[in-house]
Amino acid sequence: MPSQPVLEIRGLDKSFGPVQVLHDVAFTAYTGEVTALVGDNGAGKSTLVKCLGGTYSIDAGEYFFDGKPVQVASPREAADLGIEIVYQDLALCDNLDIVQNMFLGREKKSGLVLDEATMEEMAAKTLDSLSVRTVKSIRQLVSSLSGGQRQTVAIAKAVLWNSKVVILDEPTAALGVAQTAQVLELVRRLADNGLGVILISHNMNDVFAVSDRIAALYLGRMAAQVKTSDVTHSQVVELITSGRSGELGLQKVNGVTA
Amino acid sequence: MSTTTIPEKPAAEAPSVGGNLRGYIERVRGGDMGALPAVFGLIVLCTAFSILRPVFLSSINFANLFTQGAAITVIAMGLVFVLLLGEIDLSAGFTSGVCAAVLAVTLTNHGQPWYIAVAAAILAGVVIGTLLGSLVAKVGIPSFVVTLAAFLAFQGLLLVLVNEGTNIAIRDQTIIAIENKNLPPALGWGLYIVSVAVYAVVQIVRARRRAGRGLTVDPVTVIAFRVGVIALLGGFAVYALNLERSRNALLVSLKGVPIVVPIVLVLLVFWTFVLRRTAFGRHIYAVGGNAEASRRAGIRVDRIRISAFVICSGMASIGGIIAASQASSVDPNTGGSDVLLFAVGAAVIGGTSLFGGKGRMLDALLGGAVVAVINNGMGLMGYSASVKYIVTGSVLLLAAGVDALSRKRAAASGLR
Ligand SMILES: Nc1ncnc2c1ncn2[C@@H]1O[C@H](COP(=O)(O)OP(=O)(O)O)[C@@H](O)[C@H]1O
Ligand SMILES: [Mg+2]
Repeated sequence: MPSQPVLEIRGLDKSFGPVQVLHDVAFTAYTGEVTALVGDNGAGKSTLVKCLGGTYSIDAGEYFFDGKPVQVASPREAADLGIEIVYQDLALCDNLDIVQNMFLGREKKSGLVLDEATMEEMAAKTLDSLSVRTVKSIRQLVSSLSGGQRQTVAIAKAVLWNSKVVILDEPTAALGVAQTAQVLELVRRLADNGLGVILISHNMNDVFAVSDRIAALYLGRMAAQVKTSDVTHSQVVELITSGRSGELGLQKVNGVTA
Repeated sequence: MSTTTIPEKPAAEAPSVGGNLRGYIERVRGGDMGALPAVFGLIVLCTAFSILRPVFLSSINFANLFTQGAAITVIAMGLVFVLLLGEIDLSAGFTSGVCAAVLAVTLTNHGQPWYIAVAAAILAGVVIGTLLGSLVAKVGIPSFVVTLAAFLAFQGLLLVLVNEGTNIAIRDQTIIAIENKNLPPALGWGLYIVSVAVYAVVQIVRARRRAGRGLTVDPVTVIAFRVGVIALLGGFAVYALNLERSRNALLVSLKGVPIVVPIVLVLLVFWTFVLRRTAFGRHIYAVGGNAEASRRAGIRVDRIRISAFVICSGMASIGGIIAASQASSVDPNTGGSDVLLFAVGAAVIGGTSLFGGKGRMLDALLGGAVVAVINNGMGLMGYSASVKYIVTGSVLLLAAGVDALSRKRAAASGLR
């Protein structure tokens, strides 16, 4: 299946007061693919993602979703388009169970009363579709889950709403080896299920393990967006640390020809 | 995605009595004691007092427990909402006093009918709650400070309402009846049968519906056990309250369930329903568990905060009405001294956490019963107010300690 761009952004500028954090950024995510977004600390990854998700307004640039130009002014509007973000600090309530967390703020009701049965069915179906078998019961409190299981719940919460694009901000940063593998497998499965996945990560092993494309940010500029199969580990590391690698990347950095 | 046979659904944990029991034990071990300390405390206290003072078990004293504990329990129910958010309302006691004074002034000084007076008192509670809630949620002053200030200010307001210290008598028979009149014994039994039947039907219908959709259901034995416990406890209470408790039954008969009991039970069922079965209730827990996550999920956190304070003050006003009925008057001490401490104590002893996110309506009832039993029993033992205060203070501290330790334990065992 040839991959379609599901989300595309061109010429994005974003400043906080006098500080310009993103410069003329172009970025594309494809249906059925994992696009890794890499870059050093402070490169602007989280800011870019928050612009995509409607948390921040953009100063300049064009935003296309499913090929059509769109304005995304709030997280609600992003969610309505089908864009879901799994935040770095998972937005889960420890004192609620898995189903309750997955439907938080969007509970199914019949009349005034919560429709627990429908929510439970939908949650179970979603977890099934992701082949999640690591949780014992979907009525377990989130406080009793491991880090990997929590990440799984956060991701399942994001795909519950027939979303088209799921953005994951460093989902494996706090996990051990085995749990990282589990979550990466899940990330891969999301794309295989036909979603556009954007994965922010610091970890080159993770990036090469699951991504189809890599977009490298360098000091707020998009150094390059390439197919993962076309580059090597060290090329990506160079893109991250200096913004260029041979022919690839920014040929002029900070106005100086490198 | 291809549907290669998925061996088991994540939801499918075979429901069994043993499994339920094991799950419960696991939860207790993990630090979630729930109602256990309160129930245990009640059993120990009741046993001790009945041995030391057999009169504790008399039918008249049994009825006293209900009328003495009612106001505190109702105030505690409202406090649970605020505690669930991890906030506190230190002014709930004097809020109940102010609302009782509004009731008394409207009834006695303005000669209005009881329903106008009750409406005025509850309205006063709602206004107070809106004010406190807005100061906490919108202005951002810590609830501890807002309600500590209100604690002092309402004390003054109460003095103003009762003309700097007079005692306003209440003569309205409807208000007096709340704490001082009883249901006819037959009506008590009738209400009991209807309530137990409705509870059983609701449980069975829910289980049937879930089973019909292939979802996990509590085993029949567990449902039967729950219904059985309610039927047994309720039956015993109605039976005991229907015993003659007048010293001279020929002159005046005194028996039946105090009118305040069904009122408290209706409040209990209503708020339990709101907390457990509505989106609003779910959001109360969510905000108490993780306010930032709730905000990101699109929940209007400010509104939830304000509503919790409105419910708390509104319930305090009902508590004030009950207290006014009990004393047949309102004075500068109504809702004062130990009322707030007892109410917070009731909620916490019942198992509501001071850290937010954990608690139930039933906690207020169980904790309220513990507080009422301590007060009543110590009174029968002839202890002075000083000893009562010290003991109740210690019990509150003990409950808060259990709360804090179980939280630590939960952290250690990976729960939380
Ligand atoms: N709200 C903000 N106000 C001002 N500066 C910000 C804000 N958010 C991020 N920045 C700055 O923007 C730059 C990019 O940050 P961020 O997007 O968080 O980077 P990354 O996620 O790639 O580590 C940093 O220099 C950071 O200090
Ligand atoms: Mg970041």
